[in-house]
Amino acid sequence: MTVDHPQRRSPLAHLTAELAATPVGVSLSEVPFLTQLNLRVDPLGRAARAVEEALGATLPTAANTAVAAGDLDVLWLGPDEWLLVAPEGRQESLEKSLRQAIGTEHGAVVDLSAHRTTVELSGALARDLLAKGCSLDLHPAVFTTGSCAQLPLAQAPVLLLARDSEMPRYWLLVRTSFAPYVAAWLLDACVEYAASGP
Amino acid sequence: MQLIPCPWCGPRDEVEFHYGGAAHVAYPEDPQSLTDEDWARYVFFRDNPKGPFAERWCHTASCRRWFNAIRDTATHQVLAVYRMDEAKPVTS
Repeated sequence: MTVDHPQRRSPLAHLTAELAATPVGVSLSEVPFLTQLNLRVDPLGRAARAVEEALGATLPTAANTAVAAGDLDVLWLGPDEWLLVAPEGRQESLEKSLRQAIGTEHGAVVDLSAHRTTVELSGALARDLLAKGCSLDLHPAVFTTGSCAQLPLAQAPVLLLARDSEMPRYWLLVRTSFAPYVAAWLLDACVEYAASGP
Repeated sequence: MQLIPCPWCGPRDEVEFHYGGAAHVAYPEDPQSLTDEDWARYVFFRDNPKGPFAERWCHTASCRRWFNAIRDTATHQVLAVYRMDEAKPVTS
């Protein structure tokens, strides 16, 4: 008897073809397995400064903003809470360096990489598409590049990050169990654009 | 849908928020000495004004912070929001 080696499967792997076949003006794709660490630390404390030095990035203190440092994104989740998003496979090294930086100070680092998957949404109609499911002001003058927001999209909690607000490109960080629903909702919401396309 | 201005996140849908009852209800200074009736007053008895009312709200769907709001109970208009460490603003 042979035992198959278990293979990692992303939450939206079964929808790859559907996500790739969206109408002109909307592009959808999954960015699976990103490293996601939740960081809680006093923004004014010594630990925050040590963390910033270890990351080479400042922790954004303005509500609903994110800063990018190389391939690392630091998203504001609350006045003392951030989400660090990095490419796949960085969780152990990143968690170790953060724990070392915090040391004996008060703080917490939790690996949440399996908690959410990421949907990249881009294209000229991306903003219109999102506006169907939430009441957030997505105008590029308000929801600027580097803005992030936690909000219900079609009643499913998502973390929205504007990677580029002028040439709309968003990341939707969606809980694993909600991902198929959100993907199905996005696919359904862009059906009408196929009719008006060329 | 009504928008409630979170002190951190700005105006958001009311469904993102959770109601927390009347604000500024101080915990009894000497709980041991309270009679049953005093406890009942502390736990259950609240003002029920028609007009401005200071309430606690939590922005559960986003930053998950508790804050205070002064809401007109007759019109549902939110007159002011302030963080837990801020003094109650004067509204006319």
